[in-house]
Amino acid sequence: MTTAPAGYGKALDLITRVRGVRGAMLVSAEDGIVVAEQLMEGIKGPAVAALAASLATRLRRAMEAAGVGASLFWHLQAEQGALLVVPTPGGTLVVAVAEPDVNVGLVRLELLRAAEVVG
Amino acid sequence: MPDDIKTLSSQLAQDPDSLLFLRLGELLRQKGHLDAAHRVALTGLERHPHLPDAHDLYARILADKHDYERAFDEWDMALRIAPDHVGALKGLAFLYFKVGDVQQAQAHLEAAQRAAPDDPGVAQALAMARGGGERGASEAGGGATEALTEPEPIAPAAQPLEEARVFAGLEGAQEGLLLLDASGRVLGGALKDPSGKDVTDAVAAYLAGVSQEAARTVKLLGLGKWTGLAAEGNHGHVHLAPPTGDALLLVVRDRAVPMGRLAIIAQRAALAARRWLEAHA
Repeated sequence: MTTAPAGYGKALDLITRVRGVRGAMLVSAEDGIVVAEQLMEGIKGPAVAALAASLATRLRRAMEAAGVGASLFWHLQAEQGALLVVPTPGGTLVVAVAEPDVNVGLVRLELLRAAEVVG
Repeated sequence: MPDDIKTLSSQLAQDPDSLLFLRLGELLRQKGHLDAAHRVALTGLERHPHLPDAHDLYARILADKHDYERAFDEWDMALRIAPDHVGALKGLAFLYFKVGDVQQAQAHLEAAQRAAPDDPGVAQALAMARGGGERGASEAGGGATEALTEPEPIAPAAQPLEEARVFAGLEGAQEGLLLLDASGRVLGGALKDPSGKDVTDAVAAYLAGVSQEAARTVKLLGLGKWTGLAAEGNHGHVHLAPPTGDALLLVVRDRAVPMGRLAIIAQRAALAARRWLEAHA
């Protein structure tokens, strides 16, 4: 567990209390470094953070080029789970790792709330 | 020189959207202030993501920092936006020399020379490449990326293959559906922005490698194969899917189309794409 400002911990709590969420992270979008995390054991936070940041950059550029504007929320779906991400205006990615049957709508809402806390 | 940096920094602060970041970033790079140059280039790139010179500058800084993989990506991006970009051609030539692929390096330098026949740096590097192989590469590469770089054969990046047939009968086949290969080359479909401008090539360039990165991410998390990536934007929604292991499908719609419906449209398009790919394998 990374030491982080108390506000960050509360922001992550919003997400991890949702059933089916295996962990949550705050990641610097610019360099892919973990700012704070609450992850279940076995999840390689730094590596996932780096890849999530890289994906976020590519996605943002593609979306801007397509004229759909900045990314507000994205959801990488996989056979056995998902990665859900909300970029904040301040350059942080709020990231959740979830089980496949998680309530995506609820996680999205909590990610957006956490993003407001993080800023 | 420091005064120049100070002056440019001040001017850029007053007009952050200007292209002064290109001069400032290059100046900082030449002075060896790579971290500062990196910050300037990245900020500039954020504001001007479609400017090939911005990608070129960023790539040179990354190369100076020995981050050759990302430098390659940035030069590659510059070339996708501007296929005759001399800086990117030289940069890639430099990287090919670094890995010992003299043939590719030479090809990129020749392309650079066609684009800029009067550039003495290109002629010099090409002469060394033709004559000196690795030695030439080393000598030419000594000035970082200035002297020696080469382009890779990305040129046919956007050659649609019977695109009309890929998504035949599907809604938005020529404005909101795109099928790409792993390198970001367009296989079918087309994309227009809300103003009607064709943005197919630019979007394809930015999506090159996304499929592989998505696959790496979910593998790292032990989640099996990735099946889709849905994203909400300010003005629209996008859905990415891998119809086959290497290809990438993109569906774009405005915000009036709910994400769930977009996923259904993507499923249909992915099925069509898969059939088309299998038929053309």
